[in-house]
Amino acid sequence: MTGRIVVAGGSMGGLRAAEQLRAAGWTGAVTVVGDEPHMPYNRPPLSKEVLAGRAPFASLAFTPKAAAADVEWRLGTKAVGARLDERTVTLDDGSTLSYDGLVVATGMRPRRLRCPGPLAGRHTVRTLADARGLREELTRPGVRVVVVGAGFIGCEVAATAAGLGVGEVTVVDPLPLPMAGPLGDLLGRALLRRHERRGVRFALGTGVTGFEGTDRVTGVVLGDGTVLPADVVVESVGSVANVEWLQDNGLDLTDGVLTCAQLRVGGRPDVVAVGDVARFPNARYDGVPRRVEHWSIPADTARHAAKALVAHLLGEEREPAPFAPLPTFWSDQHDFRLQSFGAPVLGLGDVRVLDGDPDGDPEGDVLVGYHHTDRLVGVVALGGRTAALDAARYRAQLLQQPALTA
Amino acid sequence: MKVVVDMNKCQDHGQCVFAAPDVFSFDDAGRLAYVPDPDDALRDEVEEAADVCPLQAIRIEG
Ligand SMILES: Cc1cc2nc3c(=O)[nH]c(=O)nc-3n(C[C@H](O)[C@H](O)[C@H](O)COP(=O)(O)OP(=O)(O)OC[C@H]3O[C@@H](n4cnc5c(N)ncnc54)[C@H](O)[C@@H]3O)c2cc1C
Ligand code: SF4
Repeated sequence: MTGRIVVAGGSMGGLRAAEQLRAAGWTGAVTVVGDEPHMPYNRPPLSKEVLAGRAPFASLAFTPKAAAADVEWRLGTKAVGARLDERTVTLDDGSTLSYDGLVVATGMRPRRLRCPGPLAGRHTVRTLADARGLREELTRPGVRVVVVGAGFIGCEVAATAAGLGVGEVTVVDPLPLPMAGPLGDLLGRALLRRHERRGVRFALGTGVTGFEGTDRVTGVVLGDGTVLPADVVVESVGSVANVEWLQDNGLDLTDGVLTCAQLRVGGRPDVVAVGDVARFPNARYDGVPRRVEHWSIPADTARHAAKALVAHLLGEEREPAPFAPLPTFWSDQHDFRLQSFGAPVLGLGDVRVLDGDPDGDPEGDVLVGYHHTDRLVGVVALGGRTAALDAARYRAQLLQQPALTA
Repeated sequence: MKVVVDMNKCQDHGQCVFAAPDVFSFDDAGRLAYVPDPDDALRDEVEEAADVCPLQAIRIEG
């Protein structure tokens, strides 16, 4: 077979796409373009085990499958433009790659706060280099840490910092509870309690308006005028999709890259998107396209998108069934784990305790169900390992449900 | 096909159990148990299990 598939983005989504192209029967060339200098590596430990020093940085590398051994990796190279009508991608070294098929796997980058103040001492956590730099600072004795943003990554970093024995760690968020956006108030309250019991402080219901310091940050100014002294700041305030290189092709790039139920982009059978950057409708739910920043998504999207793309390139008529993954997510914080199955965010209006007592023993396991029109759409467990396994008992039920739109 | 799980890495996430229930399971104590030499017919399942392990603790040999 001749021809080439270009994969833009050399992380988990790009790797899984390359492997799944082979699994789907593509024997032509596969070129992965990735702007990081590393082979694909696993990000979740960057805010947990690796940041804590419990696992070495070297343990992060994925082991590519043997079937993908002949994939060409152009690392340290960025895609800076694309002409989808001409089927070309332009790279930052000035070269142009032509393709028969294109996989968009360029993921996200951290959103930065725009308020005034020095940049030195302010960190984000997305890459190996980020985690290395942050770990160096967190291991200095007695540092005072302010984490801006009480989402998953913020809470994980705060937990890791507390575990490292930093001077103090405070999490700031304009919302009244941590992780309330994705998980709701009930678990937000339980999480707040657990974090506080482990020494993490919170400044909630107020945003950040600026940073103090001249050469480097010395304090964080809150909306109510309070100044939190800080030696290290971590900004975990969400992420921005890496889609600039796709501009001027008439695509919907408002939040990631919009795809159809086959993960095709812009109605083009020769372009698909995978991983965090893909905004796809999930046939299991309401058909509304959403991006899903869960670790399970790169592999799920890659499997589906590779089949759809290769089927087209090989001239097969068969259309795969619409993409309908069951999202799963976990988050390890301190000595507890959150484990999620399904789409809790679609059932935030009807949250029911399935097991445990969130207002009772502050350390007890809790299992929470999220419902939409009386139907279970997501389950989240908080607690030890057995809690996660309890959540898994609902997995079959979540998988069996008919589509919400049906 | 040979399957090896690095039990020092494994944190009982159980994702492998969903992907390949014929090969991976939890014992009564909630610890991971697995078939070290599954039939080659199960290769797809086992590869998926290796993909979805958050700790990347599963290795397939041969
Ligand atoms: C610190 C951290 C902790 C996490 N913890 C968890 C967790 O506990 N549980 C969970 O379920 N999920 C977790 N996640 C989410 C999970 O890691 C992501 O969903 C996953 O990494 C997405 O993979 P991806 O390949 O789609 O995107 P990315 O990993 O963002 O990869 C995109 C790649 O493309 C490169 N790129 C971008 N633009 C270009 C360009 N123009 N040209 C070439 N290359 C480009 C980027 O540099 C990057 O290497 C965590 C994420 C982070 C950052
Ligand atoms: S998925 Fe990985 S971590 Fe989880 S039980 Fe299986 S081997 Fe262990």
